[in-house]
Amino acid sequence: MKEITASMAGTVLNIFTAAGESINMGQEVLMLESMKMEIPIESSIEGVVKEVKVNIGDFVNEGDVLIVLV
Amino acid sequence: MQKILIANRGEIALRIIRTCQAMGIETIAVYSEADREMPYVKAATRAVCIGEAQVNKSYLQAEKILEVARAEKVDAIHPGYGFLSENAAFAQQARNEGMIFIGPKPETIDLMGDKIVSRQTMEKAGVPVVPGSGTGLKTVEAALALAENIGYPIMLKASGGGGGIGMVLCENEQALAKSYASTKARALAYFGSDEVFIEKYIADARHIEVQVFGDEFGNLIHLFERDCSVQRRHQKVIEESPSPFLSDSVRQQMYETAVKAARAVNYTNAGTIEFIVDENENFYFLEMNTRLQVEHPVTESITGLDLVKWQILVARGERLPLLQSEVHSSGHAVEFRLYAEDPVRFLPSPGKITTLKWEEKEGVRIDSGYEEGGTVTPFYDPMIAKCIFYGADRQKALEAAETFFQEIKIEGIKTNAPLFLNILANRDFQNGNYTTSFLTKTLVN
Repeated sequence: MKEITASMAGTVLNIFTAAGESINMGQEVLMLESMKMEIPIESSIEGVVKEVKVNIGDFVNEGDVLIVLV
Repeated sequence: MQKILIANRGEIALRIIRTCQAMGIETIAVYSEADREMPYVKAATRAVCIGEAQVNKSYLQAEKILEVARAEKVDAIHPGYGFLSENAAFAQQARNEGMIFIGPKPETIDLMGDKIVSRQTMEKAGVPVVPGSGTGLKTVEAALALAENIGYPIMLKASGGGGGIGMVLCENEQALAKSYASTKARALAYFGSDEVFIEKYIADARHIEVQVFGDEFGNLIHLFERDCSVQRRHQKVIEESPSPFLSDSVRQQMYETAVKAARAVNYTNAGTIEFIVDENENFYFLEMNTRLQVEHPVTESITGLDLVKWQILVARGERLPLLQSEVHSSGHAVEFRLYAEDPVRFLPSPGKITTLKWEEKEGVRIDSGYEEGGTVTPFYDPMIAKCIFYGADRQKALEAAETFFQEIKIEGIKTNAPLFLNILANRDFQNGNYTTSFLTKTLVN
């Protein structure tokens, strides 16, 4: 199982993918807001989205799993 | 007024404490678990922990903060900027409980907080506004039709937004169609309302604002302008006064328009009218900030006034200390916002500040929220200090800034200090020839 995690603590501002979609390396999958800035989260791996673990508006801590790929 | 609760953190809490101390007023600080070691917590007369690190569990907990205010029997609440400063319900509740909210009336906060209503109010008062929607947009079709009418590029904005968050630049129909739903969803998650509107995007614009001040007796004056065109991600990085761009006649018109705008809402206390100015010096009302502004030290430097003191005087029912004819601007002031961030990619850089060395010489003012050994946590705004330089003219102020940033030593976190040296070496900046796209155009690409 492959995971995309939060690079820093923040609030989920936007999600650009959904279960079943395939993701490329470097693709922007999610936008976090942290310290009043938008932090794009890019995937460092390839795969198909199994589950998006967060919702828009959720607060996440550094290292939290955002998206699970298969 | 003998005891004030400060519903804020960091540098602005310290800034307010400083004036309170000079006026012999006690201060109650509130802090989150992450801010226990912050200098402002120690500087206040008393400090009370109000919750966990995340803002919605601490600094946005209006009820919890009011509970502390009641228990401490404070006379007034100073909201600073951000957080609850433009929350009309919070201001009203404080008033209902017999406390003074240091700021304008709750009705004014409410009126100016809704960006669509504030546009309508200003239009009615004869203040020019950016061409755009008169009401909230109901459907994507309505948005597309209106944008077609105004002409691209346009800005899609959240009615409840502000501070640079919740707005998207759309170059064409495809971009607007694509961004419409996501901007609405973000607005709802962020500001509690999914209402959005459209404004024409003014390219090569300058962002110039006018400080205004009113009292309960109907006195309303301006305290000159601040040019805030150096921005990244729609957020200000450098502010200066006087603006190096405006001609004196337009400058004067802008002051008069700002006072007219403030008078239209019977404004009291400190406020700021933001204008967007095109390359031909046409200016349009953008929004009104119903609070003390981050960059207020620029105005303090050129006028020699203490704006926090004025806020307190007006809030306790006194008249403005000076009339319009008695306030004067002299010399030049420029403020740089020192952020804990990567100077190239503008991404935040939280961490422990292991070294923090700077020299506060004559003409240099540092409003810092941190000290050496402190930790910048990822929960709040990345600004660690405001560095304000004053000189007899613009060149002298910029020279002082250059020396300061050459000598500054900060270790443990990345900051945008190297970016400031690049900006100061830039010919266009030196000549005052810059717009809101200056940073992205000149220094990144």
